[in-house]
Amino acid sequence: METNSCKHCCIKVEGLSVTLGRRAVLDNINIHVNCAELIAIVGPNGAGKTTLLRAILGEVPYRGAMRMQIEGRARKDIRIGYVPQKCVFDIDSPVSVLDLVAAGVSKQPVWLGVNGRIQKKAEIILDKVEAGYLLKRRLGELSGGELQRVLLAIAMWPVPNLLLLDEPIANMDPKGLSLFYEIVTRLKKSHDVAILMVTHDLVGVAPHADRLLLLNRSVIAEGKPEEVLKDKALIRTLGPHLWNISKIPINEG
Amino acid sequence: MLGEWFNYDFMRNAFLAVCLATPLFALLGIMVINNRMAFFADVLGHSSLTGIALGVLIGLGDPFWAMVAFAVLVACAINFFKGATHATSDTVLGVFLSVSVALGIMVLSRGGGFSKFTSYLIGDILTVTRTQIITLGLILCVSVAYLMTAGNGLMFLSVNPSVARVRRVPVAYLETTFTILLALVVAFSIRLVGILIINALLVLPAAAARIVSRNFFMYAVMAVVISLTSGIAGLILSYYWGTSAGATIVLCTALWYGVLALTNRKR
Repeated sequence: METNSCKHCCIKVEGLSVTLGRRAVLDNINIHVNCAELIAIVGPNGAGKTTLLRAILGEVPYRGAMRMQIEGRARKDIRIGYVPQKCVFDIDSPVSVLDLVAAGVSKQPVWLGVNGRIQKKAEIILDKVEAGYLLKRRLGELSGGELQRVLLAIAMWPVPNLLLLDEPIANMDPKGLSLFYEIVTRLKKSHDVAILMVTHDLVGVAPHADRLLLLNRSVIAEGKPEEVLKDKALIRTLGPHLWNISKIPINEG
Repeated sequence: MLGEWFNYDFMRNAFLAVCLATPLFALLGIMVINNRMAFFADVLGHSSLTGIALGVLIGLGDPFWAMVAFAVLVACAINFFKGATHATSDTVLGVFLSVSVALGIMVLSRGGGFSKFTSYLIGDILTVTRTQIITLGLILCVSVAYLMTAGNGLMFLSVNPSVARVRRVPVAYLETTFTILLALVVAFSIRLVGILIINALLVLPAAAARIVSRNFFMYAVMAVVISLTSGIAGLILSYYWGTSAGATIVLCTALWYGVLALTNRKR
C-alpha cells in the first residue's frame, strides 16, 4: 500500500505510561506517526484513549518520551493542534465564529472589533473546512458538526506537526460525518499533518485511517485497518457485536 | 439645563466617579460572565468583609490593601481546593463565601461594634474624593491596557482551556492576573458601592448585553452603554428620590436587563 508519508518526518511516542493515583491507566505505549498519516485509536470505554491524548497535550504527568524528527533531525518543539470532544461555553455566549478565529490568528483584541484584513484571513481559514458561511454565527448557534469544523480550522492554524482529534464526531449527523472525514483526509494530504484520532466510530473511520491502533491500557493491536479488523483481539476487546467487522469496505489509496 | 443636582460639588464628583467606574465594571464584567466567574466574583466581594476585619485587627487606618491581600488569598485557596477535592466549584465557592462572611462578621462585631462598619455594606459614592477619582481613572486605564493584551486569551479560555493551552495561551498567568485585577477593583470600589451590591454592577451589564449581542465587540459596547447609562440615570434618580446611589444604579441596570430579556424572548 502506498503511503503519503515523506518518510523523513515522524513523531514518536516512546514508552509512555500514565499512573493516576495507584491505577496504571496506560502502560508502555509506543506510537510512531508519520507526517500525512492518520492513525485512528479505538478501544472500549476506560481504555485510556482520552488519557493518552491528555498526556500528549502535557495535561497529565507521564513517564516516557515524545520526540519529533523532521527530515531526519530531532526537534523538541512539537506544534500540536487539538480538536476537543466538546466545549462548555454557554449557549448564549456572544462569541462569534469570527471572534474565535480572529483571536487565533491575530493579537488584536477582538472586543475592540475585528478589522477587514483579519476578517479576510479568517474567511480563508474557514473556507478550508467549508465553514466560511459560518463566519458571523455565534458559537451557540452551530450544530455539532459545524462546531467541530470550526475548531478544526483553528487547530490547523498555524499548521501543526501533530493534530489530535478527540472523538470529534460524537455529535454529528451522517452528512456532517462524511464531510468531516473528507476534510480531515484532504488536510492531511495537503498539509502533511500527522493525525491521531480517538474515536468510537470504528466502522466510519476505517476507510479513512492509514493505520488502526487498538488500545486497552496498552496497545493490543496495530496495523493497517484491514489487518486489525481481521484480528481476533479486536472482537475480544471491543465486544461480540463486531462479528462481521472484517467486511467493512476499505478504499485503498 | 443639567438640573440642580449638578450645582453640588459632591454630585459632580460622584458623576465623574460613575463615568469612570461603570465602564470599568462593564469591561471586567464581560470577561467575568463569559468565563463563568460570576459566583467567584461574588465570593471575592464578600471576602472583603474579612479583609476589613483583618485591617482592623492589624490596626490599619485604611483596610484597602488588607482587602486586596485577603481576596487574592481566598482566590488562591479556592483554586487549591477545587483541585484537591472532588466537589464541584459551586460547592467550594459556597463554602468560602460563608466562611469569609462569618469570619468577617465575627471579628468586626467583637464588643458589639459592627454598626461602625455598615457603611462598607452599602457604600456611598457621594463621599468620593478627588484622589479616589484619579485612582479610579488610573485603574480604568490599567484595566483597558490589560484587556487589550489578555482579552483574546481569556475568550479562548472560556471556550476550551485545553485548546487555549495548546495554542500557548498562558492560562495560569491569565487566571491569576485577572483574579488579582478583579480583587483590586472590587476592594477599591467597596467604599463607593458596598459589598452587598458590588457584584450586581459586574454581572448585570454583561448579562443584559449578552441577550442582544451577536459578537464580542457588540457585547463589549452594549455592556459599556448599559452600564454607563444606568450609572448616570441611577445617580440622578437617587438624588431626587433620596435613595442609595449604588442600589438605584443596580436597579436601572436590572431594568435594562428586564426590557432586553422580555423583548428578545425568542432567541
